[in-house]
Amino acid sequence: MTPEKLENLATFVAEKFPNIPVEREIEAIVLRVEPEQLIETMTQLRDDADLNFTMMIDLAGVHYPNREKPLEVVYQLLSVKKNHRIRIKVSTTEDVPVPSIIKVWKCADWWEREAYDLLGIRFSGHPDLRRLLNEYDFDGHPLRKDFPLAGRIEMKYDEKLGRVVRVPLDTNKTKSEPFKRPGREAYVQN
Amino acid sequence: MGVVEQINQEVADRGFMLASADKLVNWARTCSMWPMTFGLACCAVEMMHAGASRYDLDRFGMGAFRGSPRQSDVMIVAGTLTNKMAPALRLLFDQMSEPRWVISMGSCANGGGYYHYGYSTVRGCDQIVPVDVYIPGCPPTAEAFLYGILQLHKKIHRTHTIYSGWGERS
Repeated sequence: MTPEKLENLATFVAEKFPNIPVEREIEAIVLRVEPEQLIETMTQLRDDADLNFTMMIDLAGVHYPNREKPLEVVYQLLSVKKNHRIRIKVSTTEDVPVPSIIKVWKCADWWEREAYDLLGIRFSGHPDLRRLLNEYDFDGHPLRKDFPLAGRIEMKYDEKLGRVVRVPLDTNKTKSEPFKRPGREAYVQN
Repeated sequence: MGVVEQINQEVADRGFMLASADKLVNWARTCSMWPMTFGLACCAVEMMHAGASRYDLDRFGMGAFRGSPRQSDVMIVAGTLTNKMAPALRLLFDQMSEPRWVISMGSCANGGGYYHYGYSTVRGCDQIVPVDVYIPGCPPTAEAFLYGILQLHKKIHRTHTIYSGWGERS
């Protein structure tokens, strides 16, 4: 989007949503929405003839461990007709669910499942909030900053039981020493 | 001289033929090992190259990739084995009928490879199934894959199923 177009859209959106703070990021407009007003805002963004955000491009979850509300959901919207984009952000905690926008855009289904799987963001009103990528009985949420990189368990075949079982991870096996090459110390911080 | 010509010669000369039963069994086994389709990642594409006309797995009687474990003799683990897939891999291996072999193809299947330090990857498919041949590479070329198959053939030729011999067991 050109700078003028971005400026126009920013003022226009500020008029349409007087209660929502409009922030600016590089080449993007950001609406910071509370969970309670999310569905209402999203429906208006989609149905308003001037805004016309008919397409949801992406839904992503982010973890900011130092914030008061550590989890954040980011929605990217596109208007195919008007050729402009907008970004919506909702901050939440582990216990407070974000309303599912599956009724506004159907494509949100698996993205919300993914955000739940990897970051543990709860979505209220989602018809089938199972894990998407990891196994269904996986322990933890791997994209959280406090999740150990190599995980906590590993899979092994147990000859006696005759099935694949989980065992606690042997951390010696996954100890990573990638920066031990001579001559590299100057470039490595830790 | 080809095998068929040899047999013809033998039968024409003497009217009968002598062969070691083990050699016959091993010959029969190596000449038609049907692989089970188990492409997990990019290694599967190299496996497909090996199956296509340039490298042509059909020369070894391996062209018939089966969709069912009950019809297949060798499982080619081609790609990253994840924790979610591991029980399914073992189940399919258990459903294969004896004699059965496993080829571990590529770094990921051999020892986790690129994803060794990840949380969702099995660090080597030999933790789940017994592996006969490991093929290194990321991914291994089709030639490397064929070489691995020939190594597996050699390994099978060393086995003595019917007659284990006087201390000749390998």
